[in-house]
Amino acid sequence: MKPSTSTPDTQPWFPLEERPICCVPKPFIEVEQLSLHYGQTRAFHDVTLAINQGCITALVGPSGCGKTSFLSSLNRLTDLIPGCRLSGRIRLDGLDVLAPQTDVIHLRRRVGMIFQKPNPFPLSIRKNLEFPLREHGLRDRERLSSTIETGLRDVGLWDEVKDRLDSPALALSGGQQQRLCIARALVLSPDVLLMDEPCSALDPLSSGVVEDLIVGLRGRYTVLIVTHNLAQARRIADYAALFWVQNGAGELIEAGTAKQIFENSREPLTAAYVSGMRG
Amino acid sequence: MVNTLERHRDGREWLASTLVWIAAALVTATFCWLLGDILWHGLSHISWTFLTAPPQNAGREGGIGPILVSTALILGVCLGVSVPIGVGTAILLAEFTTDANLFGRLTRRSLDVLSGVPSIVLGLFGNAFFCKTLGLGFSILSGGLTLACMVLPVLIRSTEEGFRAVPTGYRLSAAALGLSRTTTLVHLLLPAAVPGLLVGLVLGVGRAMAETAALIFTSGYVDRMPESLLDSGRALSLHIFDLSMNVPGGDANAYASALVLVVLLFAINGTASWLAGHWLHRRIVTI
Amino acid sequence: MTLSSSNTLSRWPTDRLLLWLLRGAAAIAGAIVLLIVAFLVMEALPVLRHVGVARFFTDPSWHPAEGLYNLTPMLWGTLFAMVGSVLIATPLGILSAVFCHYYAPPVVTRPYRKLIELLAGIPSVVYGFWGLVVLVPLIGSIHPPGPSLLAGIVILAIMILPTIALMADASLANMPPQYMRGAAALGLSRWATIRGVVFPAAKSGLFTGVILGTGRAIGETMAILMVCGNVVQTPHSLFDPMRTLTANIALEMAYALGDHRAALFVSGLVLMGMIVALVGAADWISRGRIYG
Repeated sequence: MKPSTSTPDTQPWFPLEERPICCVPKPFIEVEQLSLHYGQTRAFHDVTLAINQGCITALVGPSGCGKTSFLSSLNRLTDLIPGCRLSGRIRLDGLDVLAPQTDVIHLRRRVGMIFQKPNPFPLSIRKNLEFPLREHGLRDRERLSSTIETGLRDVGLWDEVKDRLDSPALALSGGQQQRLCIARALVLSPDVLLMDEPCSALDPLSSGVVEDLIVGLRGRYTVLIVTHNLAQARRIADYAALFWVQNGAGELIEAGTAKQIFENSREPLTAAYVSGMRG
Repeated sequence: MVNTLERHRDGREWLASTLVWIAAALVTATFCWLLGDILWHGLSHISWTFLTAPPQNAGREGGIGPILVSTALILGVCLGVSVPIGVGTAILLAEFTTDANLFGRLTRRSLDVLSGVPSIVLGLFGNAFFCKTLGLGFSILSGGLTLACMVLPVLIRSTEEGFRAVPTGYRLSAAALGLSRTTTLVHLLLPAAVPGLLVGLVLGVGRAMAETAALIFTSGYVDRMPESLLDSGRALSLHIFDLSMNVPGGDANAYASALVLVVLLFAINGTASWLAGHWLHRRIVTI
Repeated sequence: MTLSSSNTLSRWPTDRLLLWLLRGAAAIAGAIVLLIVAFLVMEALPVLRHVGVARFFTDPSWHPAEGLYNLTPMLWGTLFAMVGSVLIATPLGILSAVFCHYYAPPVVTRPYRKLIELLAGIPSVVYGFWGLVVLVPLIGSIHPPGPSLLAGIVILAIMILPTIALMADASLANMPPQYMRGAAALGLSRWATIRGVVFPAAKSGLFTGVILGTGRAIGETMAILMVCGNVVQTPHSLFDPMRTLTANIALEMAYALGDHRAALFVSGLVLMGMIVALVGAADWISRGRIYG
């Protein structure tokens, strides 16, 4: 990879090849005019976005633009917040997410979520993975242990923890805990993974490991990742969307392929943000 | 397969939900039954005369005037002794000892054990120590001192919390200004920790007023108006006990006395709650 | 935070005086328990010397007038009442707290919690009184006589329920919200989350509440005295009247002299021993759990 010559004084940017290389772009999640209201305030307003299947889409923008709220609305985690109201439409593989009759538990099995601060349950490593599987119907012991092993191998934790599966998950390091949380989401075989700044609470070494893991998910899962770290977004994203606060609420400024957002943006605000001149 | 799974899961959820609601309903019903009963039978006998007149005919008639006075005196002795000792101990534990300090740890352990001592055992101790050994006999003083022992752990814990809630910045700035520890304590920390102290005080009063077993053998049974602290006096809780167990036909006045005691305690506990929520919260926010 | 290095104190004589005053107060507070044990032992010694410890458990019955000092009927009474009440109050108390946090509609939560707090504030003599005039006749109409182990268990359960419920409520309130969000994101249903995540996370607080309630059940005197009938016998059925160690002391202390009085102090020591054993067992169990 040759460094770009356009910004000689800053760190070398790697050129973005024409991505995605995974598939023919096919929208998996379609969001139409989505707005979120907390009581009187609006977290974000009138967001229309299509997320393509099997690709990694990065949501970027400064803090407070509603990126996390947007992510939480996709698996209806916003239902947990009293006074929260969503308007608009979200279609996930044809399923109307916001319809009252939609089975939220079924939805959340298809859409997994990773939080900024790793939150394994105060149980053993094995139980952390086994419990959600049991709750979703997998009871057979052998299949449980093989699913758990596969999940831990997928996140690169198997060799590190295979001898202490019954020890407390909270005794793991931050990076290991986050990988455990990813494994916990992956063993349920979701279609979509929502990640809210998954590396921001980790040290640089663990952050790199988790990032490599995320890149490895491309193709098998549709990944939506909120990140403050523009360099990270450039490294891993196929598509990107910029959020900004305008008129007192978060708004989607521009969305498109990573190459477009980071190199040939249409909006001046986008260009200003990605070059570090604003935000 | 998905359908049976969902039905299974829904069935378990429904069962859990039903059990939880039944538990809540049972608790609520018991409470209403109990309080309703007391209110129903007691309200008709409450009057100003009842609250001020002396008991007559072994308490079947008349009122609870002297009893209220005795109760107040016992409380007064209890607080008068436990507040200085309690606040002093709390200050020492919060401000002058570290976690490793042996004296601090021993004191704390000892207070923990004290808070677990059954009240009747405290009554035994009070009887042996205050009434017999110190020669105070059955008196308000003995009763108050015994109750002070009971109330100390609660008071100390709450006051300590009050001190711990004061931000470290206060102490650091005072030290940087060259103020003595005493000045810092008296002028800065004590006023800021007053909410915790008050909460502890009120809780202590509540505990003391509810107490019966510790008083039976220390403050005595006499239901006349006490003339001095060395006189025997009957506390309100004891009066209810006596009327219901030893005086046939005393139920009516027992109900009324119980209502008075319950109302007083609700007021006291309500004040403690309000203080803890309102004042402590405000203190922390405004700093 | 403490600034107790000696050089900050040496400048100010008032500080030195203050420190010694405070130490005096703390010494008094700390010495009380020691005094209690000392006096209990002092008063109990005469009978322990005349009669010996074994007879407190092997004499044919409790009849101090005839020099018989068997405590076991009262011990059984205490144990049965404690076990029965804790078995009833623990699930009800914990489920009450779960109700408050996870099942109650927001408009019901605050009043319900207030209700539990009020229940905690009712004095034992009032509980006993209500038990005496309402519960005992009720039980008597089902199976005479009214005063019984059952009445004691029910009243004790009502009394310790608020303790257990309020401690459970406090633990649930301290539940880190990320557990709930994580569980919701995994599509776990409400009871599954409570059972699989909340209870393990809150278990030390729940356990403490149960221990506190048990301690209260062991030490309760007045209410038990008023509803249990005070017959010195080992209860063989729920409807038998019985007497606990605490009630025994309360009833007989008024007229006990000499060895009889000393024997009551022995039962006071036994009660203290039970509480210490309870706290010790709790410590040991919770230590095991924290490492395990």
